[in-house]
Amino acid sequence: MARITASVYTSHVPAIGAALDLGKAQEPYWQPLFAGYDYGKEWIKEQKPDVIFLVYNDHATAFSLDFIPTFAIGTGAEYQPADEGWGPRPVPKVMGHPQLAAHIAQSVIQDDFDLTIVNKMDVDHGLTVPLSLMFGQPEAWPCAVIPFAVNVVQYPVPSGRRCFQLGQAIRRAVESFDGDLNVQIWGTGGMSHQLQGPRAGLINKEWDNAFLDRLIADPAGLAEVPHIDYVREAGSEGIELVMWLIARGAMSDVAGGPAPEVKQRFYHVPASNTAVGHLILENKQ
Amino acid sequence: MALNKPYLDLPGTTIFDAEQSRKGYWLNQFCMSLMKADNRARFKADERAYLDEWAMSEEQKQAVLDRDLNRCIALGGNIYFLAKIGATDGKSFQQMAGSMTGMTEEEYRDMMLGGGRSAEGNRYLGEDGDAQPQHQPQGKSKGSN
Repeated sequence: MARITASVYTSHVPAIGAALDLGKAQEPYWQPLFAGYDYGKEWIKEQKPDVIFLVYNDHATAFSLDFIPTFAIGTGAEYQPADEGWGPRPVPKVMGHPQLAAHIAQSVIQDDFDLTIVNKMDVDHGLTVPLSLMFGQPEAWPCAVIPFAVNVVQYPVPSGRRCFQLGQAIRRAVESFDGDLNVQIWGTGGMSHQLQGPRAGLINKEWDNAFLDRLIADPAGLAEVPHIDYVREAGSEGIELVMWLIARGAMSDVAGGPAPEVKQRFYHVPASNTAVGHLILENKQ
Repeated sequence: MALNKPYLDLPGTTIFDAEQSRKGYWLNQFCMSLMKADNRARFKADERAYLDEWAMSEEQKQAVLDRDLNRCIALGGNIYFLAKIGATDGKSFQQMAGSMTGMTEEEYRDMMLGGGRSAEGNRYLGEDGDAQPQHQPQGKSKGSN
């Protein structure tokens, strides 16, 4: 059967992609940030996932105000990097996994989560920056990716509790798939940041680190934190962190298995306007 | 019955909810149009004429012409949409975010390098942090940039 072996969490700041694409990764401003991903790059070479279920949000790219799906699963064969106004990022196209994605869609909807199904869309920095951070700059991404977009742009966004429950349904769906696939689930976005108004530039290291502590050790408790706490403490765009709870909900300890192993924990301020967090949690076999 | 909006007591912050989204529908859709290169060229060639093609309010059009992002947001704009105007102008996200504080680009960049803006005093309206209305605009130039 297919199984979820690990979860990866990371911010997806667009300036990180730009720094990499423009060859600035070794500049003093960026070097400490990229160093935090050196471990992950080696780790993932050994892990060799077949599929990454990548939870991210679209930033007014594929989804304008024409339609605003709360949860959208990509079941297409491939996705092009989007032109977000600066031209498309020079990164490989993203190959999907239509069979597993369609299986997850059917299973999760039958489990009461009403997903929107998307066969055609471009993917923006929310999806491609995490791939760049973990894989560097390859000719082709080394595995399939199932894009899973969450609305965190127009309030109200889904609650932490709903996200955590959805992650559990995704785990059940993956494990009921009849192919032998090594699947990782990634939660992206955050950490504290605010991009608008006189409060722009808000960063809250204490809150972010407490979030990381609880994500590791008390995810069910963390899932009960209301939206307003994210906004007040971590900035209006810090609300993206609810997406990390989808990935965390898919780990086996939530379903009664052993606690995951923390393989990497990293925190850095700033990347442009944003606090960057990164975690790798591995399920014990 | 009124909707639950627990976020109206945040200083210096507008939450893009369904009401703001309704107000800003055409403003944001205009921004989306700037993702196409030929639209960017037409906008740059004659901003006023391009804006007049959209069912935006005069206030919204003026806020765009003035590049007053705080005003755009008050009128229903969302920062991810407004970022398309910044991209058209060749501005980074940091330049755009900084422009809403009144700080110069350098002041804002230095604040971020110093660990960002503290949440202290900036959680509720009525406190005394730097994002509170009584402390606007921020920075030495007091918003004259």
